[in-house]
Amino acid sequence: MKDRQYSMDQERAPIYEALEKFRQMRVVPFDVPGHKRGRGNPELSAFLGERCVGVDVNSMKPLDNLCQPISVIREAEALAADAFMAHHAFLMVGGTTSAVQSMVLTACKRGDEIILPRNVHRSVINALVLCGAIPVYVNPEVDQKLGISLGMKRSEVQKAIDQHPNAVAVLVNNPTYYGICSDLKAIVDMAHKAGMLCLVDEAHGTHFYFGENFPVSAMEAGADMAAVSMHKSGGSLTQSSLLLTGSKIRTDYVRQIINLTQTTSGSYLLTSSLDISRRNLALRGRRIFNQVAEMAEYARKEINLIGGYFAFGREMINNDSVFDFDVTKLSVHTRDIGLAGIEVYDLLRDEYDIQIEFGDIGNILAYVSLGDRSEDVERLVSALAEIRRRFQTDGSGLLNQEYIAPTVIYSPQEAFYAEKESIPLRQTSGRICSEFVMCYPPGIPILAPGEKITDEILDYIEYAKVKGCNMTGTEDPLILRLNVVK
Amino acid sequence: MEFWFSEFHTPDVKHSIRVNKHLYTAQSEFQRIDIFDTPEFGKMLVLGGNVMLTERDEFIYDEMITHVPMAVHPNARNILVIGAGDGGVVRELTRYDCVESIELVELDPMVVDACRAYLPENACRLDDPRVSITFGSALKYVRQFNKKYDLIIVDSTDPFGPSEALFTKEFYGNCCNALKDDGILVNQQGSPFYKEDAEAMRRSHKRIVDTFPISRVYQAHIPTYAAGYWLFGFASKKYHPVDDLDAARWEARKLKTKYYTTRLHTGAFFLPSFLEEMLLSVEGSYADSKY
Repeated sequence: MKDRQYSMDQERAPIYEALEKFRQMRVVPFDVPGHKRGRGNPELSAFLGERCVGVDVNSMKPLDNLCQPISVIREAEALAADAFMAHHAFLMVGGTTSAVQSMVLTACKRGDEIILPRNVHRSVINALVLCGAIPVYVNPEVDQKLGISLGMKRSEVQKAIDQHPNAVAVLVNNPTYYGICSDLKAIVDMAHKAGMLCLVDEAHGTHFYFGENFPVSAMEAGADMAAVSMHKSGGSLTQSSLLLTGSKIRTDYVRQIINLTQTTSGSYLLTSSLDISRRNLALRGRRIFNQVAEMAEYARKEINLIGGYFAFGREMINNDSVFDFDVTKLSVHTRDIGLAGIEVYDLLRDEYDIQIEFGDIGNILAYVSLGDRSEDVERLVSALAEIRRRFQTDGSGLLNQEYIAPTVIYSPQEAFYAEKESIPLRQTSGRICSEFVMCYPPGIPILAPGEKITDEILDYIEYAKVKGCNMTGTEDPLILRLNVVK
Repeated sequence: MEFWFSEFHTPDVKHSIRVNKHLYTAQSEFQRIDIFDTPEFGKMLVLGGNVMLTERDEFIYDEMITHVPMAVHPNARNILVIGAGDGGVVRELTRYDCVESIELVELDPMVVDACRAYLPENACRLDDPRVSITFGSALKYVRQFNKKYDLIIVDSTDPFGPSEALFTKEFYGNCCNALKDDGILVNQQGSPFYKEDAEAMRRSHKRIVDTFPISRVYQAHIPTYAAGYWLFGFASKKYHPVDDLDAARWEARKLKTKYYTTRLHTGAFFLPSFLEEMLLSVEGSYADSKY
């Protein structure tokens, strides 16, 4: 099977090659980092390995500089752009969070409106806190049975564009954590017709660029920018990511925006991992993701045979709010065995030594990727069968609703910086929240700064806490109190 | 010329057996398979560099993993055997008239092929009409069934290779579910002597204890395995391996054995002090002070 044709030589990995060459030169380091190839920190070297600490080096002429790349990093970016069908690709070392924020900060200034679904990752709303843009939320459709947010309906996006013709951009979350895709091409067209940019949080869609029969990728759909989590399905090291841009976007301006917040000591462990992973995907991605898709589909079939569980897939597709589905995502609805997703998540780890990506109120998500072995998939399926046999309940007292439409009173920035007070959780109903409340993962806010607090939301927060969700975002780590606008 | 096969029992202990001839070597999808002819132990099957069986001492393992549960269960008819692609366990089981079906699930078809070709003494009963062979993941196989088997025998390789899944709690749970209410699970439990082996043994014993109401460990002396000292697990929802032994019933079957006797059966459950202590540390309230 042949992979896609590229215009550049995808066998190359310039950062990796430069590091290998540098290693052989045995340069005497009188620069940072102070561990000096690990010699100054033998315990760390023993733990991570000498090869690893030996390439934890600083920017220098032969290795280029991430802030203003002119040689090997620039080449690596060009290769990544070629592989991802983008006009330009930026190597990111602050996680996909930094890629998402750079996207938003490039598109929006203070006071600009940006159209986006409410079930975005916290990094998007964080960017709004930073730049002072005003969110225009498109409420996603909710699947009542599964209790999850779906994609954006075309009509809802068009309505938001018509009502906010001065908005500067439409941001799409594609695919969602659960693998749900919106009609990206249509949304890009709508945005462009209205003179807006289309930005895509594609954190969970790296493989769309390389596999077969996957949903359309952001760059193929004509989007202007996309944040791609190479460290998720792409296999690079945690915290490494890519920001892709289309031809309309000024590369140098984006670089300036990135440099506002990015470290000046970009890690070569991270950038070389991006380089090597991009090469792997370009050369072997098609075969790899065929295998991943096959494994996930197999697991879905086997899990659905157990009974009680519902591992959903392409049957969800409805040509609008679920325009397409990413089959590599193995999401399983657990409420019909009488357990919250988060409870199944905990049981898998505590009883069976299996760590999955997350559990929410009604579902779990097992991340299937290029590193999985079929015997591990068998273990997951068997453990789920055991959990059903040993722990299933009649399901009384389980909450259903997952998505609560927010009422936005202030912009995230106004609310975040407003005069605020900390009051006990239960007394906050009717007030305006000035901080985030979310379960992590998935990191989608239940409350964002500037939103009105309701009894329904408070019930949800308390239920999620009782069920064992890992709650974050608030100043009070126990979430007994919330900061509200005075 | 010196021609030796060596196996590390720990990074600091090496066990060597002189070789006459290397009869067979192949790399399957799962592991490297070798068969040697040796002066002391006869033909020897080696998987992934670990001795699985030799002609000279396989009777100890195969008899102890088979006759112990068969002497406790009054009427084992439907039996599932996992691993054991050499056929030794199946050979012992086919000697019982009460057995109606033996399902053998082996991960690696090349092991069976190699044993049929080079170890006919073991593989001789694989074509018995009561035997059916399935190749694939045992974890997947066993989770399809509910209350089907009287006896499940797990004859796996050690827990650090392709058999890892056969030492997990989900596997034991799936077995529990696939056994009838009076079913028995017997598995090879490794060696308790060297530290890493002992820890793996403790972990898998804990998982079985958490799954079955009755769970005991018994021992045998096997010269070619690590430390020459091997353990088996006996787990059941109903039968106690010693209290429910019906020696007279087994004697009446008139099966000739080289290692197993009903007297040894009881004795095999009496364990040395260090091992009792090790097992008690994971048994908690399940501890059975009588044996």
